[in-house]
Amino acid sequence: VTSIAVEARPASAPARSSERMRRAARRWRYLTNAGAAVVSALLLVWTLTPIYNIIMVSLESEGDVAVTHLFPSPPSAESFWVVVTEGHWYLEAFWHQFGNSVFLAAMVTLFVLLIGSLTSFSIGRMRIRNGWIITNAALLTYVIPASFLAIPFYLIMNHYGLQNNPWSVIAVLVTFATPYAIFIFQEYGRSIPLELDESARIDGASPVQIYLRIYLPLMAPALVAVGTYALLLAWNEYLYQFLLLSNDRSMTVAVALGKFLNSDVAPWNYMMATAIIYALPPLATYYAFRNRMSSGLTMGGVKG
Amino acid sequence: MTVSAIELGRPAVRRQSLWRYWRGGLQGSEFTWAVAFVVPYIGVFCAFVIYPACYGLWMGSNPALYTEVFSDPIYLNTVVNTMIFLAFGVNVKLFLALMLSGFFMRPGWWTKVLLLIFVLPWAVPALPTFISIHWMLNGEWGLVNNFLWIVFGADGPSWLNSRWLALGSAIFSHVWKWTPFWTVILLAGRMSIPQEIYDAAKVDGATGLRRFTHVTFPLLANLYLVLTLLATIFLLGDFNSVYFVTGGGPANSTHLLATLGVVRDMLELGKPQLGVAAVMSALPLLIPLVIILMRKLKTSEAQL
Repeated sequence: VTSIAVEARPASAPARSSERMRRAARRWRYLTNAGAAVVSALLLVWTLTPIYNIIMVSLESEGDVAVTHLFPSPPSAESFWVVVTEGHWYLEAFWHQFGNSVFLAAMVTLFVLLIGSLTSFSIGRMRIRNGWIITNAALLTYVIPASFLAIPFYLIMNHYGLQNNPWSVIAVLVTFATPYAIFIFQEYGRSIPLELDESARIDGASPVQIYLRIYLPLMAPALVAVGTYALLLAWNEYLYQFLLLSNDRSMTVAVALGKFLNSDVAPWNYMMATAIIYALPPLATYYAFRNRMSSGLTMGGVKG
Repeated sequence: MTVSAIELGRPAVRRQSLWRYWRGGLQGSEFTWAVAFVVPYIGVFCAFVIYPACYGLWMGSNPALYTEVFSDPIYLNTVVNTMIFLAFGVNVKLFLALMLSGFFMRPGWWTKVLLLIFVLPWAVPALPTFISIHWMLNGEWGLVNNFLWIVFGADGPSWLNSRWLALGSAIFSHVWKWTPFWTVILLAGRMSIPQEIYDAAKVDGATGLRRFTHVTFPLLANLYLVLTLLATIFLLGDFNSVYFVTGGGPANSTHLLATLGVVRDMLELGKPQLGVAAVMSALPLLIPLVIILMRKLKTSEAQL
């Protein structure tokens, strides 16, 4: 492109005018660079202020919270120690609750991958008749806000005595994450030639064998992407966990954090330390698998 | 005689062809497997989407509920809040995302690093950061007012004690949390525009702002519209940003439909029917949006 532009300039142009043009171009470059620097600085402040606040408060020692400052002096890691050793009555079951969160996220991921891949195998690869109905129904679930079904779902679970049962939350999170899984698996599955299935079929492979030996291995990248999505969704979700898991033994870290907030005298430094410990696993997962969740796949991350 | 024999055989033939139709191209046990593979998802869909949805519709089917809902001043406030939240939340977020996606197209390592930092609000779970913003805005000990006092010597307002400031704070938090997500999607949209188009436009003399208005935006317009619809639908169901930042307060003046239905009606007043009716009053807005979105998605699937 630049070469065209250079050639288009008359070769006989006076050196003075080309010098002026070069100077103008340089000035323009300086200006845009300066503008970019300003935008960058604003973005950094915008993005990092609430995060800075979490870290700052978590480094305050107990009496430090109610002091006017922008950074605690001296910073102390005491609150992290209190959280890790469950040294406050609000945090008595912290590791148990952490385990609940892990269990919940793991089960949701497992079932989303299993149900999603089986469904899209049947629709996309075996081409079951009228499979589009299922695809569209799934898409519809994806666009219904999860919070709109919260009240009836809560009452139904209470009716069947499933409150404080992690499986009620696992069920609802699987329901809301599977449509995205089906969508992505079908999109990704189009890149795998159907002839592979056909030839395996001719060699006498059963559908189960084709699913296990051909479909799943070839779908590995999509499985990783959707698995990451489901894991983050389950770990980060709050509303259903809050409604359905209310006692100290069944609740997850997210619910415990919310309970902290609603207490009369919230120990803010412990709360922020808990929040940081809670946020680290999904953050690490996100940055580790960021490249695997290619840009088209980001669509799903919106479901709150 | 022969005619009646044919007549007699016809239902059987029809039944057989219907059977063949349902089976599609699948033979023998394959059809059974294909059905077995979709059954888990159909089960999940019926039990956890259809059943709660119908239960909710049944709960909200009493017309007397709506007279109660519409005569509730807090509900009317909530509708106003939801409208303001939609108008500002969706548009500010998407406009910022559109502009920033252009900024992140700039070449160089700095932009890449900045993008990694910029997606933090989206990568961190909503809960810790919203709690952090809640504490930042605390009138006495929050970071914002500390900053105002130390740097300008001025007393900041108590952000969460006035309806409009609190609502503004909730919108701010929502925009802060979700702008990175939409930026990443619009960035992917911009990257999918072939460089040749820009080159051709450059030859025709379109640079700078004209390049944006005549080339980039027309190409992104459809994606932008779909994202607006999606963002509106998701925002209608938003629970976390209001629940954690303002808690619906002061005096229940900053609720959105989802928080009003779940927190105030169901948990505080113990009237889940009222909550269902409040949430269902969004359906006249939600259903047309979903229909338009579904139609748009069919035509622009390739772009997403």
